[in-house]
Amino acid sequence: MIRVTRKLEFSAAHFYHNPQLSAEENRRIFGKCNNPHGHGHNYVLEVTVAGEPDPATGMVLDLKELKEILEREVAERMDHRHLNYEVPEFAGKIPTCENIAAVIWGLLEPKITKGRLDRVRVYESPDLFADCMAEPNGAHGGAGG
Amino acid sequence: MSGPVKLSLTRSYRFAASHRLYSAAFSEEENKRLYGKCGNRYGHGHNYIVWVTVTGPLDPATGMVANLSELDPFVERQVVEPFDQKYLNEEIREFQDRVPTTENVCREIYRRLRSFPGARLESVRIQETGNNSFEFVGETGAPQQAAEGRAR
Repeated sequence: MIRVTRKLEFSAAHFYHNPQLSAEENRRIFGKCNNPHGHGHNYVLEVTVAGEPDPATGMVLDLKELKEILEREVAERMDHRHLNYEVPEFAGKIPTCENIAAVIWGLLEPKITKGRLDRVRVYESPDLFADCMAEPNGAHGGAGG
Repeated sequence: MSGPVKLSLTRSYRFAASHRLYSAAFSEEENKRLYGKCGNRYGHGHNYIVWVTVTGPLDPATGMVANLSELDPFVERQVVEPFDQKYLNEEIREFQDRVPTTENVCREIYRRLRSFPGARLESVRIQETGNNSFEFVGETGAPQQAAEGRAR
């Protein structure tokens, strides 16, 4: 099995706010990330696709095709956007690094037709990232509290 | 969303410390052969970068696996504060009788972090220099007690 990884950078604004909590609770839990004017990051997305290379082409999938999928599904939706206000996939969700990875997984997974989506990694900054992967065997082995 | 997914969050922390790779269980000659310049008598130091990965279900109220406002002070208290600007061999009790290779530092940091209450600790990776890194992934599936026993 081969893993192929492609990177995409996008810049976006966000803030953390749960409307079901009081203003005070929001400030306590989210700190300065709760600033209603928002703030931004240069996000770095790494998408990994796993599979066997096609014997005819030597490729798991055409990286050009993957680049186009990332442009269409991620960059066009999120680049230079405010995630809370302009990206409908975050309606009712707080655009944390974890949720961004999960949303991107949901967008890409059905579009990857050669190989299978193995991992979506989203760097919010060089010292912080979230990973989204398929749950091993669909069980809850990795998600215990 | 398509199929169940697993989410993890990884954060890096830094500390600078000195160490010496030397074991009293070996002769001087064997130490020299095993550890080379890493065994020089007065030790040497690194700028360590520690990548801590935690996993678990998203808290529906926060959209987070773990809140950094809890993870950061926990790692600071358990690891950065005791390890930063220290001589690991003498100032960290666990290395007084165990060689502070970065493999062993990984396991010790994992042991110090596994009680994090906010999420499940998955792995600890340490970059010792720009050219090497070490990762301890815990004992997945093993009973808690057994994992703790081995990590010590």
